Amino acid sequence: MRYMLLIYGEEAQQDESPSGGEPAGEAPEISPPWMEYTGWLLREGIHTAGERLATSSSATTVRVRDGNRLITDGPYAETKEVLGGYYIIECDNLDEALEAAARCPAAFGGSIEVRPIIGMPVPTPAG
Amino acid sequence: MTSAEPAAKRPPRGPSADTNAAIERAYRDAYGSVLATLIRFLGGDFDAAEEALADAFATALETWPRDGIPANPAAWLTTAGRNRALDRIRRDRRQAEKLVLLERELAGMEVATMQLGTEGGLEDDRLRLIFTCCHPALPLDARVALTLRTLGGLTTPEIARAFLVPEATLAQRLVRAKRKIRQAAIPYRVPLGDQLPERLDGVLATLYLVFNEGYLASAGEAAVRHDLCTEAIRLAAIVADLMPDRPETHGLLALLLLQDSRRDARLGADGSIALLEEQDRARWDRAEIERGFGALDRGFAAAAKLSHASVGRYLLQASIAAEHARTIDGRATDWRAIATLYEALARIDPSPIVELNRAVAIAQADGPAAGLSLLDELAAGGELVGYRLLPAARADLLRRLDRLPEASAEYEHALALSDNDAERRFLRRRLAETRS
Repeated sequence: MRYMLLIYGEEAQQDESPSGGEPAGEAPEISPPWMEYTGWLLREGIHTAGERLATSSSATTVRVRDGNRLITDGPYAETKEVLGGYYIIECDNLDEALEAAARCPAAFGGSIEVRPIIGMPVPTPAG
Repeated sequence: MTSAEPAAKRPPRGPSADTNAAIERAYRDAYGSVLATLIRFLGGDFDAAEEALADAFATALETWPRDGIPANPAAWLTTAGRNRALDRIRRDRRQAEKLVLLERELAGMEVATMQLGTEGGLEDDRLRLIFTCCHPALPLDARVALTLRTLGGLTTPEIARAFLVPEATLAQRLVRAKRKIRQAAIPYRVPLGDQLPERLDGVLATLYLVFNEGYLASAGEAAVRHDLCTEAIRLAAIVADLMPDRPETHGLLALLLLQDSRRDARLGADGSIALLEEQDRARWDRAEIERGFGALDRGFAAAAKLSHASVGRYLLQASIAAEHARTIDGRATDWRAIATLYEALARIDPSPIVELNRAVAIAQADGPAAGLSLLDELAAGGELVGYRLLPAARADLLRRLDRLPEASAEYEHALALSDNDAERRFLRRRLAETRS
């Protein structure tokens, strides 16, 4: 069973997070608590994926309405806590996923939304 | 996905009403434990387990009147439910993989079925089920509904009435909760280590509501659904055993025991509810009261060992019940102490119902007029609109103040809100008195 941990926090806190305020393209500096956390997920054998996102000021939102593309600056919803990164973990059940989420550095001050992944079939390329 | 309400398949009144009643009783007794076991064998699939049990019960309706009720209805229903679940899965090729897993489990199941008559296996499954139903990832109202539906075997309409919500809302709540258990893979087990204490509050609240549904049963002929009360007490005792250092586990157990001790005295000869002051206290169950006192002592002892203020709502409510139980002479009740306990309760758990009870205690300590003015404030607050005990309490105080026309108007109001037969008989009796 795969779960996505969606990491929400205030932007200022995110400078500490994997999504911190690094300019795009530069090698990100990961703070020790995050290194430790990712290391723990790996040691537990539940780490599947994880990325940090650039700050929400770099976000652009796209909608198509009546055939027109609407491009707007900023994230989909302006909220105090913004999505700053994610992990995908493989756990037996929700209790294990919640246990892992509670250890995430962003859980202290920010919040972690835990969502089961139901997956999506990938079409085989025509050929 | 099932909307199958096994209760809908209850036997109609027919040639052998006695057999049917016995089947219905066996079904109700066995429901929670059989479902708990079936859910485990079906890998946590609530819907499949409910369907299997409904199927098993349909079979019972055919065979029990002919062959007699089996010595162990729970074991019979579990075996039949398992077989029906396997039939369904075999028919459904898409679930072929599941079948392989299930058949691997079969050996274990045979053993467990054999043990159905014993305590251990059943209680393990029930505990698993209650911790799953009370998982904090589910909204509180859904936890309660799910526990009553699965462990208590109550029907959706019964639960809807107990919580004053429309039936469709309640049904939706159950569907959503079961969907989340499945989609988010909420585990079917007793939480481990550190997670156990934080799961406890929801479990206790749920057990209390189960007890109340049995004790107060807002609808139907049987005012006291003793099976539910026994079930709640048994589960509360198990939880208190499991977590003896948590004061509230003992608090809840004490509260349930002390309330249940009055069960036999609660109904008058005509089947109407006897108020506390009218009850024949010689009929209170002294053994149960002693058990309650014991649990209360253990609760306070556990609270004394913890550094923070850990006397919670259940220890306080149990203390109130203990004040009543302490004396065989109702007139000797220390209503002042009870009013103080309600005040403490209102501080940690403010609610209009607690205020209503405090007003009744104050009416006993300081006279009906003092209580009535508190009730009037409560009524003006509007939070208890539609709650039958508010007009019933006002009616009682107005009657004692000899304001009979106002009293009968309030009894009529309470009658209109109550659908409990015993309670209605009581209210009609009082209404007749105020009119004569």
